[in-house]
Parts: sequence; structure tokens; C-alpha cells
Amino acid sequence: MNESIMPFAIFFASIFTGNILLTNYLGMCSFLSVSKELKTSLGLGAAVIFVMATTTPLNWLVYRYLLIPFGLDYLRFIAFIIVIAAFVQLTEMVIERYSEPLYQSLGIFLPLITVNCAILGASLFMVIREYTLFTSFLFGLGSGIGWFIAIIAMAGIRQKLKNAKVPPGLEGPGITLVIAGFMAMAFMGFSGMIALS
Amino acid sequence: MVITLLISIGIISLLSVFLAILMVIADATIGNYGTVKISINDGSKVLEVDGGQPLLRALNQEGVFIPSACGGRGSCGLCKVKVVSGGGDYLPTELPFISDEERKQLIRLSCQVKVKTDVAIVIPEELFLVKEFTTVVESIKDLTHDIKQVTLSLKDPTEISTKAGQYIQFVVPEYEDSDESVYRAYSMASPPGDSKHVELEIRLVPNGICTTYVHKHLKEGDEVIINGPYGEFYLRDTERNIIFIAGGSGMAPIKSMLLDMEKKGSTRKTTYFFGARSKRDLFLLDEMKALEKTIPNFTFVPALSEPQAEDKWEGEVGLITDVVRRMVSEGSNSEAYLCGSPGMIDACIKVLHELEVPPENVFYDKF
Repeated sequence: MNESIMPFAIFFASIFTGNILLTNYLGMCSFLSVSKELKTSLGLGAAVIFVMATTTPLNWLVYRYLLIPFGLDYLRFIAFIIVIAAFVQLTEMVIERYSEPLYQSLGIFLPLITVNCAILGASLFMVIREYTLFTSFLFGLGSGIGWFIAIIAMAGIRQKLKNAKVPPGLEGPGITLVIAGFMAMAFMGFSGMIALS
Repeated sequence: MVITLLISIGIISLLSVFLAILMVIADATIGNYGTVKISINDGSKVLEVDGGQPLLRALNQEGVFIPSACGGRGSCGLCKVKVVSGGGDYLPTELPFISDEERKQLIRLSCQVKVKTDVAIVIPEELFLVKEFTTVVESIKDLTHDIKQVTLSLKDPTEISTKAGQYIQFVVPEYEDSDESVYRAYSMASPPGDSKHVELEIRLVPNGICTTYVHKHLKEGDEVIINGPYGEFYLRDTERNIIFIAGGSGMAPIKSMLLDMEKKGSTRKTTYFFGARSKRDLFLLDEMKALEKTIPNFTFVPALSEPQAEDKWEGEVGLITDVVRRMVSEGSNSEAYLCGSPGMIDACIKVLHELEVPPENVFYDKF
């Protein structure tokens, strides 16, 4: 593939063909528990986009300029987790102080996703796939948008589901997991669109 | 080898130290809201607290106890408080617990509201009476095979002011089956007249943190921390007939109300239906018989749903709902007080409705 369009291919791939939630099944915990209502899903999804798009390049810097020079790349799990946790907490404090509406819609979800495995997953994929700083940012942004789309779709379905007759044994998490499975299969339809190594 | 080890420890520490310093600076600048004022009930009490913390915790630290069961995690929805000003907008975490009606009255969940500026709140006057008490276990007595009567004598403060039927929260310290301190609510069986003691009737719940502690570990002479009193389940001062319905340890608040009625010389027509499975679940029968003599117009009706052959039971038999239906002909001039399991209470409310007891005169305490 042409080198110059590569970053954008990665961006779109991370949204659709390589959706972090539906193809890698990362970040399921909050996906299942918060997708009950569309409004809260919007807030959480936006928070995930923001945190992924910022922490992935941040971790790229930590990895490239702190861990690699000292040959410590095996410590990336610990380092990434610390960076993500501190960054998220800091952002929450700033938002809480300076923007009431933003705190209402996004801020209170930040602590929820500090330990979301999709966030750490994005940083680790960035390392495995040897992205550059710019591609890391696009990858993080794309993965966040992909997660956002998945949870919004799920919330929409679950709101409709309130009026549906679900067999008693399948109510709640059961039917949600079945739906997530169908959604994952649907997203597999995108798989041939962008070929990435 | 040693050098690699030192480098890795050094780098991770460096990263952590850097971030920690950043956090400390942020906490002291961005997260520092200074001292803020909480004005309670139109300024009848003004507290000065550190800004930035949840309202519930700020109030607790200043000795104003708002009832809460989950400890501020926003999952029980009990710590409701009217915030007149300074609370900001509703948070998505509060909305599941706040009805439209409560929204109009500015009711908030105090564990979610953070005090960042001066706030004005309104709380019921009774909550000022809520205090934390250090007590000592005076006696523990078996009432039935699974219910114990625990009498606490108050040490500090030495007196409690209650209404008959209210409850307290019992603080369970860390012990071998629970690695954190929790609190659980129990109705007081002691009457308001006895302000130096608190008597509880506690049924053993399998795997219950507090009930296991009380049944298996608590000894006479032990120190117990309680706070209270709380609750809207108290005897209303009217002329109506009274129907009491209780099951198991639901006896406690009703006993407190009866003792209070005895002291005040009530002459209201009163019937007390007490439901149990078999004779071994019945208790305080002698006390109730004695009260029938000292309170005019009071009848005690114990009923067994599954009397055993060896019980030689001659009293009422059947589910408590059937007994109530049989014995109360018409309830439009009655007040009902129910205490027991949610299942029993829901069933009884239905029966009381059939008997035309006005819904606003039905009071209950589910546990």
C-alpha cells in the first residue's frame, strides 16, 4: 500500500475492520454494563475516544524515549498503566474544575475507564504493530471511535429491546452477549475492505 | 544483572515520582477549592468544611449524619438531601434514584454532590438529633432458636431521644468474616421512655455480616458503636384504630410502640397480628399477654402458618394475611403498621386495601 495513505488506512481500519471491541473483544465490561441507556453511552463513548486518542501517543513517547533507550520494553505494561491512570485522573480534575457541563457529560465517566482494558490494549497494539507517533494518534482516535460506534449501536438496540419479549433465562447480560456476537459477525462483513498486514 | 534491575526500578520509579509530583501539584492547585460554607436549614447551622469533597462525607465529618446504606458509592439512593443552592446540575449517576417529583423539590443524592462553592441545604430537624453513640452490651438473650435480644447501654452520649418504631444503625467492626467495617439498620425494641438503653432483636441471617457477628462473636461487656435514630416508621398520634402486623424480628418496633402506648395510657382499639411458622418461632408471648392487661382495648393475635404436632397449638392457624382478613371486618377507620419481610408486607398491603384501610394510613418497615 502507498506509504502516504497508510496512516489513514489504519485510522479507518481501527474503526471498522479491526474494531477494538467487536473484533478483539476488549473493553467488554463497561460495554455491557453502561450500554443500557443511549445518553450515558454517549458520554462514556466520548470519554473513551478522548482518552484513547491522547494516551496512545503519550504512551508512544514514554515507550520510544524512556523504555527503549534503557532496553526496558518488557516493563511497558506497568509503565502504560501508570501513565493512563495518572493522565485520566489529571484530566478529570481539570474538567471538574473548569467546565461544569463537560464534567456532567464526560467527566464522571473518566474514572470508570481508567482500568478499561481497551485503553491499554490500544497502547499495546501500537507497540506490536510498530506505529509512528502520528499513526499512533490516528490509531488511538480510530479505536476510540470504533468503541464509541459499538456502544452506541448496542445502546440503541437495548432501548428497543425493552419492549421485546426476551425469554426469561436470557434477560440482561445473556441477551446482550448474544447481540454483541451478532454485531461482531456483522462487522466481519467489513473485513475485506482494508487489507493491513 | 544487578544493573538491569536497578535501571528498571529506577526508570519506573522516576516515571511514578514524576507523575506523583504532578498529581500533588494538581491536587493543591486545581483540586483545591479552599474552605466552603454549608448552610443548613436557612442558616440555623453553618458548617465550614474543606471544599471538593462529597456533601455526604463533609456532613458526616461535622457530625451531621445522613442515613446511607452503601457508604457513598451512589448505589443505595438513601442519602437524599434538599440542596437549595450551590449544588450544580444533576449528575447522570444521581438520576436513576431521583423521581421527577423530587427533582422539582431540588432533592439530590448527597454522596454525589461535591461541595465546591458555598451550599445551602435543608434537612429534616430530626437529623440533628442523629448522633453517634458508644455503647456497651448489657445483655444478650435468646428469644427463639434464631433471634437474639441484645440490650445496649449508652455510654457516650448517655441519652438518646427517639420516637417509638424508629431504627438505629449498628456499626460492625472488621472481624474474621468481614474485612471492612460496615453498618446495618435495626429497629429499636426499647420504648422512647427508656433513653439510656437501646434494645435490638436480631435474627440470624445465613452469611449475614452483621447478624453473624452479633450471634457468633458479640459478648456481654463488648463495646458497640451505633448511630441514629432514623426513620418515619413511628406511631402517629391520632384517634384511629390500630392494626399492627409483624413477623419474626419485625416484633421489635411494634414492641417499642406498645410499651410507649402503655406508658401514655392509650385507649385506642388495637390489634396486633404476629405471624410465625411454628411454636419455636414465637417469642415474648408472656410480655404481650401482660400488655393485653395493662393496655385497654389491646388484643394480641399470634398465628402459626405451619404448627407442628408437638406444638399443641390452639390459637389462630394460617398465613398472617388470611388471619387478618378473617378478623378485621372493616378498616376504613384504621391505621396499619407493618414490619417484616418485603413479601409479607406486600401481601398484607393488598389485604388491607381490600379491607378499605386508606393507603395513606398504612405505614411499613421492610427489611
